[in-house]
Amino acid sequence: MCGIVGLHLRDPALYPQLGALLTDMLTQLVDRGPDSAGMAVYGDPRWSPPGHATVSLLDSPLPAAELAAETGARLGVPVTGIDLAPTTVLHAPADPEALVAAVRAVGDVLVIGYGHELTVLKGVGDPRVLAEGFGLAQASGWQGVAHTRMATESAVTAEGSHPFSVGGDQCLVHNGSFSNYASVRQRLEREGVVFDSANDTEVGARFVADRLAQGEDLEKALLALSESLDGFYTLLVSTADSFAVVRDPIACKPAIIAETPRWVAMASEYRALAGLPGIDSARLFEPEPQEVYAWHR
Amino acid sequence: MAPVVATTETIGITVDLAESSVRAVNRALRTAVPGVPVTVSHPAGAHALACGLDAPVEVTLDGHVGYYCAGMNQHATVTVAGNAGVGVAENMMSGRVHVSGDASQSAGATAHGGLLVIDGNAGARCGISMKGVDIVVGGDIGHMSAFMGQAGRLVVCGNAGAALGDSLYEARIYVRGSVASLGADCIAEPMLAEHHAELAELLAAAGFDYDTAEFTRYGSARQLYHFHVDNVY
Repeated sequence: MCGIVGLHLRDPALYPQLGALLTDMLTQLVDRGPDSAGMAVYGDPRWSPPGHATVSLLDSPLPAAELAAETGARLGVPVTGIDLAPTTVLHAPADPEALVAAVRAVGDVLVIGYGHELTVLKGVGDPRVLAEGFGLAQASGWQGVAHTRMATESAVTAEGSHPFSVGGDQCLVHNGSFSNYASVRQRLEREGVVFDSANDTEVGARFVADRLAQGEDLEKALLALSESLDGFYTLLVSTADSFAVVRDPIACKPAIIAETPRWVAMASEYRALAGLPGIDSARLFEPEPQEVYAWHR
Repeated sequence: MAPVVATTETIGITVDLAESSVRAVNRALRTAVPGVPVTVSHPAGAHALACGLDAPVEVTLDGHVGYYCAGMNQHATVTVAGNAGVGVAENMMSGRVHVSGDASQSAGATAHGGLLVIDGNAGARCGISMKGVDIVVGGDIGHMSAFMGQAGRLVVCGNAGAALGDSLYEARIYVRGSVASLGADCIAEPMLAEHHAELAELLAAAGFDYDTAEFTRYGSARQLYHFHVDNVY
């Protein structure tokens, strides 16, 4: 199974409610995958203040404040550390890549997201408990995604939770399983791409990041993915300015999209959308197989 | 939690799913009596609503419903005033299920009897392995519809997706619009008088007013392995 929810806000008046809306959406789909969860928020001022880069990581060898201090010493600017166990979030007035390099120089951490606006939070256990611990309901921002996982292709760990965020401000969440991911992974590895986990979804995320890095737009990258990767998938992919959905040609894995002038939302099931403001007048539809749907900021 | 029930003379009984669990609502629906219609308000996409009804009762689900709504229905008339999730009326035996919006994939899957009407579009695998049900869709249907359909009629007033009627047995399909592609062993067949008559009856039963001459009939060419007498066990 696995459950996906995503919300792309068009109306700035709703930004303060992003976390609360996303939490309610996620809560509806907990029984699709209660073993672990992950969530990503774009533009929360606590975690990703304007003008700062943010890096989200697991396996910090130090408490957040000490990791921030050590990272700041290497970077030469003050770094703020936030402990959201098991995730640690650091932000600093710096370039995202430089912040990532500095924190990696401090210790053997696993970077699960970075960028100008993106915060990624992951953990193992009941998604409701995780969201509560992260303070997701208090988050604000303009875009968010969340995932409840029922693990199939790799172990139940925080790093195996979705979203997979492997490029700046990028996120990919997946319901399904890729079947030929080992061969696609080998090809990417031969081209120099480095992987963090044994997870099939990470291959999809690396594939998309690789295409975007080559200058393709998100629609083209996702069409290329649907031609290269076999298996069952409904994917929700987000970037610093986009929100996109694609399903495999068989389209077994569910997806429903709702669109209003104030927001675009996607979920595995309608019940996750039922509480959104203005849902009664939303345009509701299921995405067609192998068709890329994308919205841009 | 006991269902919250409100009774009025004009609308019968209303059960509010915002105040009751799915289990309590379904239990209440099983005690419904013919002649007293029941409305379920605020379904909010909940799964398995109005499943296993076994009496000629009238149930209206006032909003979008989740998976397997009205599954295994016998005798009851179930109306969904909204969209239905995966597998609406799956394995229906008799009665009538009417969806005023769209239906997700596998609508009417494996159903043996009764009438399923979908005013909007139906997703992929509509009528998969249908075994005697009649399905009338006002809009389009998705890919792999009527796959391995064994009996019954599927009427599509819009267009059909890819691989329509793959590995069909005896089910009959009528499509008014285009067909993206036919599945293995599915062919277009002539519309004889008997086909115009049964189609007119189905359209009338479903409340659609189309000229039967606009439809093409599709059926099994009976060329696959199990249709050859040499392959009979």
